[in-house]
Amino acid sequence: MELLCPAGNLPALKTAIDNGADAVFIGMKDDTNARHFAGLNFNDGKLAKASDYVHQHGKKLHVAINTFAHPDGEERWRKAVDNAVAIGCDALIIADLGVLDYAATKYPDVERHVSVQASTTNLEAIKFFKNNFDVERVVLPRVLSVQQVRQLAKTSPVKLEVFAFGSLCIMSEGRCYLSSYMTGESPNTVGACSPAKYVRWQDTDQGLESRLNNVLIDRYQPDENAGYPTLCKGRFEVDNNVYHALEEPTSLNTLELIPELYKMGIASVKIEGRQRSPAYVEQVTKTWRMALDRYQQQPEAYQVEDAWMQTLANLSEGSQTTLGAYHRKWQ
Amino acid sequence: MKFSLGPSLFFWPKQQVESFYQQASESAADIIYLGETVCSKRRELRAKDWLELAKQVAASGKQTVISTMALLEAPAEIQVMRKLCDNGELLIEANDLSAVQIMHDLKLPFVAGPAINCYNVSTIKVLLKQGMTRWVMPVELSGDWLKTLLAQAQEENIRDKFECEVFSWGYMPLAYSARCFTARSEDRPKDDCQLCCIKYPQGRKMNSREGEKVFVLNGIQTMSGYQYNLVNEVAQMKDIGVDIARISADSNQAFEQLNQFKQQLTQPQKYSLDGVNECNGYWHKIAGMSVA
Repeated sequence: MELLCPAGNLPALKTAIDNGADAVFIGMKDDTNARHFAGLNFNDGKLAKASDYVHQHGKKLHVAINTFAHPDGEERWRKAVDNAVAIGCDALIIADLGVLDYAATKYPDVERHVSVQASTTNLEAIKFFKNNFDVERVVLPRVLSVQQVRQLAKTSPVKLEVFAFGSLCIMSEGRCYLSSYMTGESPNTVGACSPAKYVRWQDTDQGLESRLNNVLIDRYQPDENAGYPTLCKGRFEVDNNVYHALEEPTSLNTLELIPELYKMGIASVKIEGRQRSPAYVEQVTKTWRMALDRYQQQPEAYQVEDAWMQTLANLSEGSQTTLGAYHRKWQ
Repeated sequence: MKFSLGPSLFFWPKQQVESFYQQASESAADIIYLGETVCSKRRELRAKDWLELAKQVAASGKQTVISTMALLEAPAEIQVMRKLCDNGELLIEANDLSAVQIMHDLKLPFVAGPAINCYNVSTIKVLLKQGMTRWVMPVELSGDWLKTLLAQAQEENIRDKFECEVFSWGYMPLAYSARCFTARSEDRPKDDCQLCCIKYPQGRKMNSREGEKVFVLNGIQTMSGYQYNLVNEVAQMKDIGVDIARISADSNQAFEQLNQFKQQLTQPQKYSLDGVNECNGYWHKIAGMSVA
């Protein structure tokens, strides 16, 4: 089972490789990928360096081109595919059907993975991608329970990749327009959710307030930890009851599912967080490498160590983690 | 230009559904979509009931389309959908690529619904090859986006191969999750939801702590807190080549809206939108919840 780690810049990429990643995924410095943040990602020169470093170490490089092409800019998405292939990427991660079609036609020999943003949650949808674009792998959205993943793994004609750790997207990825509804910008169109330029913090008599494009997302009392106002993780009111109506600030952590995922034959476990620091990448990669190695050495004796959980909790939103949709009770 | 009645996105008792579609058969709609698109646990009407109801509606002379689910996870859900797809006479609206795959296998035409991510002309071409005959634009896209795309389709000589439909009125479906937010609002997990959506025929309002209507919770679906309203954009839609404007089947209000929209073709008038209940931002390339 491959350990696939995120990198938003060259230092993070080197850190991931040095700490045991089998593969790294990156994006380009434009709106062709779903982490289009200022100061993040790879221009052409850095892309080549990334490829060199990864390949010198015998590891793999996946390039995410996973937003949806704009009608007046389809060329940009095609060029991203061309560039990724030119620097020798090992896999293209794509969501847009038109971009997939382009990649499959022009570069049939370069591996194609269906991005989580394509929202592929069942066997017939997987067949669609296999039949039309001969994809090698599908990245599953974070909406399936362990039982559902197991069932798919038994029948899928292509390899499956699952999310293992990181910020928890609670909606079926690629099918969430909440961000554009509030700000005009969404992961699908711009490559960002709850973009930072719309965030405003304000100290008020009622507490510290976080706003997104002026909509009140949360209000904190002095003893509460304030988190980034991702719009699905704020406190809202439903019939006079104020609570985290959609989700609490929390991250996904599936260390305890490692034995299950191995047994199902999952091809790859993905760590979320291209927007995070090299320090985050280092700690998460190291912890997951340790856990995966431990399982492989002694599958029967595998147990999640408290120290691993603590390390990961410290890197998580709201310092707490969850199994998310993998666990039916969360649903 | 035609006007359609979109599928009802809420969970209503069977009798209410039946009387709603009785009214729909006599309404100003040219096209009627119906079927469960949100949650497979909503079984007031089962697949065969929906088909039966659809055939009754079709007998009124209106084009009747069966809409299918957007988020399918279990093989049993696919089985039900396959049965709907293979109904032998009615057109299908696919809201997931699994439905596209099934329709392609059956060699039958289909409508690509608003939950399918079709953002550009290259994707239109992929879907045309699968059998798409009508494309419903994703709700988050703008008039400009559509105009550019349709002009490209014209250049590529494929514009006559599909109709274009725009979601034009009602609470917009914005997101789908594994989690049921209505059950959560009653402090229960989805597996023990007790089908509580039926208690909220208009969903549950989720407001900011300042009382701003942010979203509507509708089971595993999150909807816009405001009703989308493109009544003032009908002429513009017609100009850029929109074939069908969709009025969502939120409530009986939809029938009145159908009349208003239709009238815009013959006796156009400017309506002022109510900024605390309505929005039209997406069409104008600004935050969806805003009014331009």
